[in-house]
Amino acid sequence: MVEEVVVFGVWVSPYSRRVETALRLKGVPYKYIEEDLGNKSPLLLKYNPIHEKVPVLVHNGNPIAESLVILEYIDETCPQGFPILPKDPYERATARFGSKFIDDKCMPAITQACWGEGEASDKAVEEATELLMFMENELKENRFFGGERIGMVDIAANIVGFWLGTFEQVTGVELMTRDKFPNLTNWSIEFVRNNVIKENLPPREEMISYLRKKRSAR
Amino acid sequence: MAEVKLFRAWSSPFPLRIVWALEVKGIEYDMIYEDLSNKSSMLLQYNPVYKKVPVLLHKGKPISESLVILEYIEETWKSKTPSLLPGDPYQRAMARFWAKFGDDKILPLIWEAFIKQGKDQEEALIAAHENLKYLEVELRGKKFLGGETVGFADLTFGWLANLVSVFEEIAGVTLIDHEKFPLLLTWMKNFMDAPKIRETWPPRDKLINHFRALRETLIAKEPK
Repeated sequence: MVEEVVVFGVWVSPYSRRVETALRLKGVPYKYIEEDLGNKSPLLLKYNPIHEKVPVLVHNGNPIAESLVILEYIDETCPQGFPILPKDPYERATARFGSKFIDDKCMPAITQACWGEGEASDKAVEEATELLMFMENELKENRFFGGERIGMVDIAANIVGFWLGTFEQVTGVELMTRDKFPNLTNWSIEFVRNNVIKENLPPREEMISYLRKKRSAR
Repeated sequence: MAEVKLFRAWSSPFPLRIVWALEVKGIEYDMIYEDLSNKSSMLLQYNPVYKKVPVLLHKGKPISESLVILEYIEETWKSKTPSLLPGDPYQRAMARFWAKFGDDKILPLIWEAFIKQGKDQEEALIAAHENLKYLEVELRGKKFLGGETVGFADLTFGWLANLVSVFEEIAGVTLIDHEKFPLLLTWMKNFMDAPKIRETWPPRDKLINHFRALRETLIAKEPK
């Protein structure tokens, strides 16, 4: 059977970019479908009826939703390629914990801190700072969360590595400063320089334009 | 002394998933009960990020987050049957998807429906039912979400089997009715009859007292 891989995504979404990054790391060719979230395609609604969100990976007609679930699927389906998760069970647990932490805690706090208002936003700045500090201490002076090479946590942390900088530039909220977060700052520089990562990031100026438009539309 | 220790609170459904997994696989472990209103320094040291139970300690190394722990157990004790996850990657992805759906959507909404009153309760219940419909469909033709035996997703939804009737009795409301959710109710019965499940869960009367007191405290805190 000819393998058919389709990714439903949105160019601004860190979540769909994670999936594309993983496929590129594994060298898996895929077809990309850009969704308009204001006018979702019937195919997207068919493949992800529960959440109606991107990303969705469709492999030979079988759909999978939720970016971290998709990353594990890609890793398990291509065990010979670039490793997304490490081999050792304890290291795998640490990677899963880290990725989940980014989605469950970091992302909401960062979003509220940068885009929220008033007291809720101030509180979120405090919280986001604390959460980023966990990441700073976990990273230590390693090149990547995955060690010498990028891994699942690095891919999941694309929000911190790229999107956070664009949020900060547009909103003026400062979260990840070099003096507070030297390890994370160095990591984010390495992250966006990585060959596969940089092919899968939206162009910075376009991202900033998009966020500026969104902000003034509020 | 077992090389596996589990930090838990007696009433919490999350560590109970881990108890079930360890029991079902026949893995020896020691239980350490936490008082969540007075957490031990050990718990805070082992789970500084969330400061919660469960924490699994294996050969002195801690792992937190129940779904992460379940995957760790599955991968570390490969030879211990039954397997919690199937071999096929797509089926594994489905199990992970459902587990996440349960924790992100079903659990919070049922909890809302339990602790709120009036219009808030009604709205939470409607939302819970909207989401439970998907689970009802998924259960067609299946004894368990994992197939013939209890699996990863079943353990994640297991709290439905012991807590829903407790919540219903306390709040005086039907959360899951047999007309709308016959397959789900059958699943709950199959789950509680599965090996090691009911014998390890907390006593019903203790749960009723505990959650009744908790609900009253939360309702009292609500702004009028």
